[in-house]
Formats: sequence, structure tokens, C-alpha cells
Amino acid sequence: MKLMKQLNGLALLAGALAVSMGVQSIPAQAQIGPITDRVKARGELICGVNNQLPGFGNIDENGNYVGFDIDICRAVAAALFGDPDKIQYVYLTAANRQSAMQSGEVDIMSRNTTWTLTRDREWAVTFGPTTYYDGQGFMVKKELGVEDLADLDGATICVIAGTTTELNLADTFRARGIAFTPVTFDGDDSSFNAYEEGRCDAITSDQSALISRRATLQNPDDHVILEEVISKEPLGPLVSQGDESFSDIMNWTVYALFYAEEKGITSANVEEFLSSEDPDIRRFLGQDGNLGELLGLEPDWTVNVIKAVGNYGEIFDRHLTPLGVARGLNQPYTQGGIQYAPPFR
Amino acid sequence: MTSLSSQPHIQPTWWRDERILKILLQVAFVIAVLVVFGILTQNLTSSLRRLGITFGFRFLGNSANFGITEGIPYDPSESYLKAFVVGVVNTLWLSSISIVLATVMGMILGVARLSSNWLARQLATVITEIFRNVPVLLIVIFWYQGVILTLPAVRNSYSIGGFFFISQRGINLPSLDPSGWLIPTVVILAGAAWGIRKLLLARRPDVGPIQRNSLIGLGVLLLAVACWILFPEPPLRVDVPVLDRFNFRGGTQLSAEFTAMLLGLVTYTGCYIAEVVRGSFLAVQRGQWEASRAIGLTELSTFQLVIVPQALRIMIPSLNTQYLTLIKNSSLAIAVGFSDLFNISSTIINQSGRSVEMFAIIMATYLAINLVVSYGMNWINARVKLVER
Repeated sequence: MKLMKQLNGLALLAGALAVSMGVQSIPAQAQIGPITDRVKARGELICGVNNQLPGFGNIDENGNYVGFDIDICRAVAAALFGDPDKIQYVYLTAANRQSAMQSGEVDIMSRNTTWTLTRDREWAVTFGPTTYYDGQGFMVKKELGVEDLADLDGATICVIAGTTTELNLADTFRARGIAFTPVTFDGDDSSFNAYEEGRCDAITSDQSALISRRATLQNPDDHVILEEVISKEPLGPLVSQGDESFSDIMNWTVYALFYAEEKGITSANVEEFLSSEDPDIRRFLGQDGNLGELLGLEPDWTVNVIKAVGNYGEIFDRHLTPLGVARGLNQPYTQGGIQYAPPFR
Repeated sequence: MTSLSSQPHIQPTWWRDERILKILLQVAFVIAVLVVFGILTQNLTSSLRRLGITFGFRFLGNSANFGITEGIPYDPSESYLKAFVVGVVNTLWLSSISIVLATVMGMILGVARLSSNWLARQLATVITEIFRNVPVLLIVIFWYQGVILTLPAVRNSYSIGGFFFISQRGINLPSLDPSGWLIPTVVILAGAAWGIRKLLLARRPDVGPIQRNSLIGLGVLLLAVACWILFPEPPLRVDVPVLDRFNFRGGTQLSAEFTAMLLGLVTYTGCYIAEVVRGSFLAVQRGQWEASRAIGLTELSTFQLVIVPQALRIMIPSLNTQYLTLIKNSSLAIAVGFSDLFNISSTIINQSGRSVEMFAIIMATYLAINLVVSYGMNWINARVKLVER
């Protein structure tokens, strides 16, 4: 018995030692990685975007970048600096975005980029949460009377080089034994221009891009987007691999947008929620706990994000609803969609 | 004289000996190059390691999975390497045709600018000055968007005799499809030509060369017609393009992108070649004309036998530069979506993420192509240069 007691005491001691060591190894503040460090020292976020996709990312008549993808960047800047305008934008094409990420030319990229395994590994990047669940479609001139993909046998199809779209096109047509001639361009503008001029019979891209660009064609009603969707295109922001503190900031900023929508917190009413009694909301808005500190951000970082760009639904309604894009899968999980944020605790 | 040879040869100290200094400089240069290269390699490997990427060429065997508009037969299930080869072939095809046409255009324009005909001279001057002073990228885009894409749609193509069609998709023309009977036919026809000639020489030596050649031609023609009729399949079939639902089927097509690149490269480089040609002719001294006249040569003979050979000598090194520039400019194909080697490589880089490896391959390929062209031009240069006796 005595021996047992001694052993117990020893185990207790060891346990306490382990716990205390464990406690010691938990940092008082978040471990800041090289990218976060660099971005914070610069005081500005360098964000790679598209400038040819109205609704997602383009330049308005005042020369400002606007769109759904742009607001994701603005949200991250607001989380980091409390100011959504501390951003330097870099326009990237589908074909040159990979080298811009690999070389560290941009800190974060937010431009209709599909999350794939190859890109995850070979581009050496970390993808953030999917902000827009998309799928690849086709747009054809109405006068051709094309109803489905099989009707496109022998057609010339415009596609943007270096996209997953280009790969899916070849895969799908090969699998179904449909002949086609691809004509590849390096940007949305050149590709959609060539389609409109008649160089191609059809153009393929993500459904969202087709909807966005159809609105800019001279006679949008002359063109029809086929119902068939041939792929999954999860689009979202991404950062270079190797700094978890930075990818965590990206991830949790996007989750904050989802979470705010789920809780009904908007840019208009966020101030009122500050006095909420709901412990979940108090924690989320930094009134309680240390979530901001864990990320190396200000306690009220989520408040800054929501004030700057609103919640996910607000961003969607501001940029995409006017184009006629339906929410579809991009609803909160509580409303039948698949946008889902892990708990803020 | 004896005083010179009797002077003792002074051996300078080694750090003053020119021969040793030269060697030392070269060694220092090599070391410098190696150090710079080493630093770059070190930088590359550490960056790749930081990103967690491995360096290697094994990915070239993976299937490419993207479609290519034109070129040698290729299927998306084939490897990245095959896709790259398609690009190289397209680049070579585009460059070689462009070089030939640009040279022809340059010769005509260059000579026209020296011509005594006022209109030809002015026209050549205007064309040369326009295309020579606009960036080649703009010229290519001008041909593509300003000219070709504004041509009629494919269903309203311009037709020439129902065989050639010109539309915004490019130029469709009949192709010659060989069958398995082509080689036997060629053998038979060649044999017949040789036989008839031999027979005529032996039996009818009185027949002149013009008549003899006509007889050979007639015989071969008759035999060819017989082959086309008698063989189960015609040796060469003419495949005329026919408009289908979306496009022409059959025949060959010069795509809009290829045509735009061709026109762009030919007009740009052609104008530079025109200047090279003009300069070379101007560089031949006027005295050469006068001297030729003095020995009774006609204008044409003077041009052919005296002026051209001398001008050619001046022309060829500059032409070499123009050809090399043209080949490099063909990489602008990416602007109009022509599948040249650079365009396909950038797609490979993007789809595979292997930028460092692909850029190494691209640079090596351009280097190889240009070295071969340079070597060929130097060989020609050596053949035409002044042989001093």
C-alpha cells in the first residue's frame, strides 16, 4: 500500500510537471509566422485579383477594384489592420497566377481559383474556405439551336488557358466521344471577345463567370447558358504555404463572414450586437474571451471585418444578386446551403 | 642585325607575363561564373525547399489533359512532353514559313525602294516605315482583331471557286490525302520518265531537248491518269473542305491564330529585311556598275553577276539576326492564342505548377533552335564570302 501511494504520488508529480510544461509551451500570444510578419510590417496587404470579371473582380468607373472576390481581400485587410483599404491590388491572369503565388509576389490571392489537389501541392499554397461553390458550364449563341453538350459535336470552343475549365473540357468531351476544337486565350477579355466576334461557337467557363460576362455582351439575350454543369469548381482565396498564422487569419476571416450571416449580424446592426448577452456572440465579437489574441489580431477584429464588408450574405447580395446569380449551394447550412463555419470558441 | 639577336631575352616576372595573366584572367572569369551560378542554384533550391516543392522532370510523363487547337496529331490523354513537342513543331512550322515569306517580301520591298519607278518606290517606303516602326505585338493583334476577326462568319465565308474559303476562323483549303498507292505510283512514274528518255536518246537522237521533254511529260501524264483510274484507290485524293454544322470538315485549315501570327511576323520582319536588302545594295559601290558597263555587260547581267553576289555577302549576317529575332518573336503567339511552344509551355506550367523546370526547357529549346539556324546561316555566309586569291 505504501508503495502504491508513493507511486501514485510520483505519477501525480509527473502529471503536474507535464501539465506545467504544457502550460509553459502555450504562448501568451499567437506565434507569428514570416508572411504575417512581413504583411504587418508593410502595413498593407498585397492581394492578387481578377480585373475582368464583373461581379467578382473588376475595376469600376472610378478606378476602384470592386466585386465579391475583392471584398474577401478587404475583409482580410480589415481583420489585419482594422482598415479594408490597406490593400495593394495586383491583377493576375489565369495563366500567371501560379508563379505570382510561388514567388511570393502577392500575399493572398482572391480571384475565381478552383481548389484542386495538384494546385494545393504543386503551387505550394494553402486554400482557404470555399467562398463560392461553382460548376463549369457552356454559353452558346441562341441561333445555333444547341440544347445540350452532344449538340456541340464538331464545335469550336473558346476557353481560358491554364484553368481547370480547360482540363474538364478535354476530359468531358473525350469521355463522351464528342469532337471539339479548343481555342485558348490568356484572359477573360480576349476569350469572351473572340467568342462574341464569332471565332468560337461556344465558350466554356465557370457558370458564375458566364453569367457575369453575358451581362457585358452587346446583346445578352442572343446567348444562352446551357443547363448542363460538367464539374465542381470550389472557388476561394489562397495563400502561400509555410505560415499557418497567416492562413489561419484568412480562414477565420472567411468563417467570420459565414458566422455573421448565420447569427444575423450585418454591417448595419453590428453595433447593437456589441451589447448582446448571448455568450456565443460576445465571444465572436471580442467582447469576451481571447479569440483575436489567439490569431494575433485585435480583440474586435470581427467587428472591423463586418463593418467594412458586411456578412457573407451582404457581400453576395451586393455583387452577385444583381447579376441574377442564385444563392444555390452558397446559402448558410441553416438554410439548405453548404456554407458552414466551425464554432468560434 | 647581330646586335638584335645577341640581346638577352628578358623573361618578365610571372605577374607581368602577358600569357600567364591571360590564363589567370580566364580562370578568374570561370570562377566568377561558377560562383554566381552556385549562388543562384543555392537560392533556387532553398526557395523550393521552403515551399516544399521538389525539383525534377518526371512530371513530363504525366498526362497533359488539355486540348490543343492545332498541330501534329495529339490527344489530351498524352503526356506533357508530347504536348510540348506539339508546341515545338508549331513554332518551327510557323517560323520557317514566316522566314521564307518575310525574305521574299523583304527582297521585293527592298528592291522596290531602289527602283526608278516613283509609285513602287513610294509605296515600298510607306509600307516599310509603317510596319518597321510599330511594335510587333501590336501588328499581330492588329491582324488578328482588326482584320481576321472582322472577316465574315464561317457560314458566310468568302469562297474562291468553291475550293478555298476565307472566314474569321482562318483559311480553309483543299488537302492532298495520300493513300497506300502513292509510293508505287511515284516509282512507276519515275521509272517511266527514265525509260522514255533513254529510249528517245537511243532511237531518235534527232529530237531536240524541248520536244524530248514534252514527250516524256506526255508519257508520264498518260501513265498517271491510268494509275488514278486503274488502282483500287487513287494515290492522292483531293479533299475539298465542306461546310458542316459548325465548321468546315475536310481539307486543311490555316487557323485564324496561325494566319494572324504569320501575317504579323512576315510584315514586321519583311520590312526589316527590306532595309537590310536596300542597305546591302547601296553598299555596293557605284563604280561596280560603271566598271561592268565598261566591259560590256548588260544591266541585267551586271545585276545578276556583279551586284547581287556582292550585296549577298553584306546581307547574310544581318539576315541571320532577322531570322533569329523572328523565331523569338513567334513566342508572342500567346497574345492571340496560337499554340506555339511558349503558349503550350505556359499552360503546362500552370497546370503542373512546374515553372522552374519548364522555363529551363523553354530556354534550352529556343537556344537550340537559334543555334541551328545561326549555324546554317554561318555556313551559307562562309560559302558566299569573298574568296581572296
